[in-house]
Amino acid sequence: MFDLVSFIPRAVSQSIPLLFGSTGETITEKSGNLNLGIPGIMYVGAMSGVIGAFFYEQACKNSGSSLNTFIAILIPLVCSIIGSALMGLLYCFLTVTLRANQNVTGLAMTTFGVGFGNFFGGSLIKLTGSDVPSIALSATSACFSRTLPGAKSTGAFGKLILSYGFLAYAAIIIAFIAAYILKSTRVGLHLRAVGENPATADAAGINVTKYKYVSTIIGSMIAGLGGLYYVMDYTSGVWSNDGFGDRGWLAIALVIFTIWRPNISVFASILFGGLYILYLYIPTGTNLAIKEIYKMLPYIVTIIVLIIISIRNKKENQPPASLGLPYFREDR
Amino acid sequence: MSKVKTPRFHISKRGIIPRRQTWLIRGAAIVLALILCAIITTMMTGLNPVKVYTTIFEGNFSTSRRIWVLMQNIAILLAISLAMAPAYKMRFWNIGGEGQVLVGCLATAACMIVIGDKVPNAVLIIIMLIAAVAAGAVWAFIPAFFKAKFNTNETLFTLMMNYVGLQLVAYYVIVWEVPKGSGKIGIINQATQAGWLPQIGSYKYLLNILVVAVITVLMYIYMNYTKQGYEIAVVGESENTARYVGINVGKVIMRTLILSGAICGLTGFLLVAGTNHTVTTTLAGGRGFTAVMVAWMGKFNPVAMIFASFLIAFLEQGASEISTMYSLNQSFSDILTGIIIFFIIGSEFFINYKLNFNKTGEKEAQ
Repeated sequence: MFDLVSFIPRAVSQSIPLLFGSTGETITEKSGNLNLGIPGIMYVGAMSGVIGAFFYEQACKNSGSSLNTFIAILIPLVCSIIGSALMGLLYCFLTVTLRANQNVTGLAMTTFGVGFGNFFGGSLIKLTGSDVPSIALSATSACFSRTLPGAKSTGAFGKLILSYGFLAYAAIIIAFIAAYILKSTRVGLHLRAVGENPATADAAGINVTKYKYVSTIIGSMIAGLGGLYYVMDYTSGVWSNDGFGDRGWLAIALVIFTIWRPNISVFASILFGGLYILYLYIPTGTNLAIKEIYKMLPYIVTIIVLIIISIRNKKENQPPASLGLPYFREDR
Repeated sequence: MSKVKTPRFHISKRGIIPRRQTWLIRGAAIVLALILCAIITTMMTGLNPVKVYTTIFEGNFSTSRRIWVLMQNIAILLAISLAMAPAYKMRFWNIGGEGQVLVGCLATAACMIVIGDKVPNAVLIIIMLIAAVAAGAVWAFIPAFFKAKFNTNETLFTLMMNYVGLQLVAYYVIVWEVPKGSGKIGIINQATQAGWLPQIGSYKYLLNILVVAVITVLMYIYMNYTKQGYEIAVVGESENTARYVGINVGKVIMRTLILSGAICGLTGFLLVAGTNHTVTTTLAGGRGFTAVMVAWMGKFNPVAMIFASFLIAFLEQGASEISTMYSLNQSFSDILTGIIIFFIIGSEFFINYKLNFNKTGEKEAQ
């Protein structure tokens, strides 16, 4: 029998990094920046948080005091946001100010970011000369993954709805806010104008550069939180190299799958999260190979969506028209 | 009495500047990047900057084996970059090199496993080669077809195809795993060496390197001296112009991508039959993505791409030597590669644009 009560919470916790990543990437892409650095930014977000938490835990251990919950959450959160914002800033500086090719810049950022995460993940202990065997931030993680009250006592309801850390709820709230801003506010309208046709937006008096910078940096910060959630909540504070895997690319797939709508992404990410772990729940018997085929599903589904939207060619379902193109005012 | 704010400078496009000057700018960017890399390495390891570079040199050139490994890495990276170059010149953003190489690897390994002991070795190798090239070509053709017919976004399509290919490899790795439950295939045909590329003399990688050298020359000729190469350039400059002069843009896109995928498949063949004799999901090792940067750094010019792949492979091996010496993580090289590419990307700005400083106080409105 398919155990939904255990499947859904796992699918949800699997989906949260994807949701953060896709919300961030959607905001970025709406400004016309195709940021392929998202996988790298998520690694940097995760690692910056880990570094912050690591130093705080070490400091607490050395002074013998216990962790302050508030500070234990604040430090990694702030570090993570700063780390990913810097990555976003770098991307913008190269692609907007220096008008570099977005694909190449994005891939370089991914190389750099994944390298950054794995390098410090593998060398942090050696570099700081501390005497712990591995990076296991269980105390910090306990603060991050604290569930809502009543998660244990309300049975299936508690397990399905209340059993996640605060970042999971934050992801959903951020996605809805982003959807609202993009669709129903003046700022959102301007942002979409910049992504569709920067020259027209510029002529209408919208500051294209500012919109591109702000949306990309905010997008990066949100995406970075996905990495932070993954390491602090999902893996209980244990960093393992390459553990984050291809989730960053999956987040980019999700952006297409949801045709650039963060509110759909809330549900679609759970679907993707479910597909990601489906193989654990489908009785495969001795045929372990088939689970690799199940892992292929999110990508296949995304390709199909991509093909369908291009064939149907409906105006409101297209990628932002200037996606991936640099804008130079004098270049008409 | 209002003061109109005058910007300190404005940016304008440069005309064509002499090629010597462009390489000078790029060279300066690389030197700056290398200095920054040295500073970072010094901060991490406490090594003095000069020692950093002697270590990197030693990591690459201290033994003849290391030199061969370096040459092999350059060859493979260059081969994938060469595959990418015509597509990019056409402004078709194929970032599916990773997947195209992997399916090439998979096809090669499949032939070795399934018919390895049924046909003579020479025939087997030919079949493997055809299978690998066809697999890579198909993998690139699918996104190209949809791009040509429906204008489907190729960047995202090829990106997704990478992971479909990767999971396909993961599937077959488990189907063919030896021994059962190990999760890997191991060396294929260890005893019979069926399907292994012959070794020239005692040089294990020489054949791979020669094959890639030939591809480089052919690609140079193809891009610069053939009608098809010219069509690619025209489509890349302006699709409308291409249409106007009667070039069938869709056909050029599909034809070029089949070529691009075929070379990726061939690289997969070299990796499996000529080097590793096994297949894993990490066999391409991110080189499909690095190749994008190499092709772009070399401005799609095969000769410049040799230097670009040398630079990347050289740094990677050198950084790996530093990491080993100081028991740091191997990903150190990715950080250095990232920095170098950031600098080169940034330097392009100064080649294409120039800053004009405005004289202050001149335009103050009275």
